[in-house]
Amino acid sequence: MPPLTRWFIKSAFIFFVAAMAVRVLQTAGVLTDLPPFINALGPVYFHMFLVGWVTQLIFGVVFWMFPKYTQEDPRGSDRLGWSTFWLINIGLGLRVIAEPMNTLNPDTGWGWLLAISAILQWLAGLGFVINTWARVKAN
Amino acid sequence: MPLLSVFFIRTALIYLSLGFTFGGLMLFNKGITIMPAVWSLLPAHIEFLLIGWTIQLLLGVAFWILPRFSRGPARGREEIAWLSYFLVNAGIWTDVLSPLFHELPWLPLLGRLFEVGAAAVFAGYAWGRVKPIGS
Repeated sequence: MPPLTRWFIKSAFIFFVAAMAVRVLQTAGVLTDLPPFINALGPVYFHMFLVGWVTQLIFGVVFWMFPKYTQEDPRGSDRLGWSTFWLINIGLGLRVIAEPMNTLNPDTGWGWLLAISAILQWLAGLGFVINTWARVKAN
Repeated sequence: MPLLSVFFIRTALIYLSLGFTFGGLMLFNKGITIMPAVWSLLPAHIEFLLIGWTIQLLLGVAFWILPRFSRGPARGREEIAWLSYFLVNAGIWTDVLSPLFHELPWLPLLGRLFEVGAAAVFAGYAWGRVKPIGS
């Protein structure tokens, strides 16, 4: 398994556990009053689960198992692959902090971090598509 | 990789691009409001990423890697699997474009019917390939 795949999958596991933990915290609201930050994590939970866990796991496995690009560069561009990894993790990480903070404190600058998070994740998606496209080929 | 898997997976990659673009626009707009109307992209964002990307990628990979038959065509009746490709994509676009046709309120239902048809057709096709290797 290539190093980039290991990083994708281990990061995916971290988001998986974190998403489940957020779900527990949100459910704990039936027992006690929750800090406003926890209550504002609703959209973040879905994206930790679907982007951080599911999509990132797919990215890692695709990078590992899909047909070779060429004999010299079997997995396409390593640099683009690593860029995708950092862009999606920094982008989603920023979202985890900035989205609830922006909800609780609108017009205080958190919105800019949210916008940066959007751009980073969008670039990660495009990077993955560009690096994978040529590896999806008929025999 | 068989041709149908190439179609499934490359189409899935296109939906991933569209879904991330729509999601990025909405998230950007949540931080810095540029155009409130982008929120109307939410149903398409969900449809593209859940059905167009995730499900379609799984169908393409399943068609590629499930055990093949040792007798007859290796992947069985491929035309049935092709039907599921057309049905799932017809379903996605019927569903996503339905808000543009208010005079046709049954369009979302038709889209979902296409999608359940795709699921049933693919499951029926792949059923026999879920078997021990070599049998």
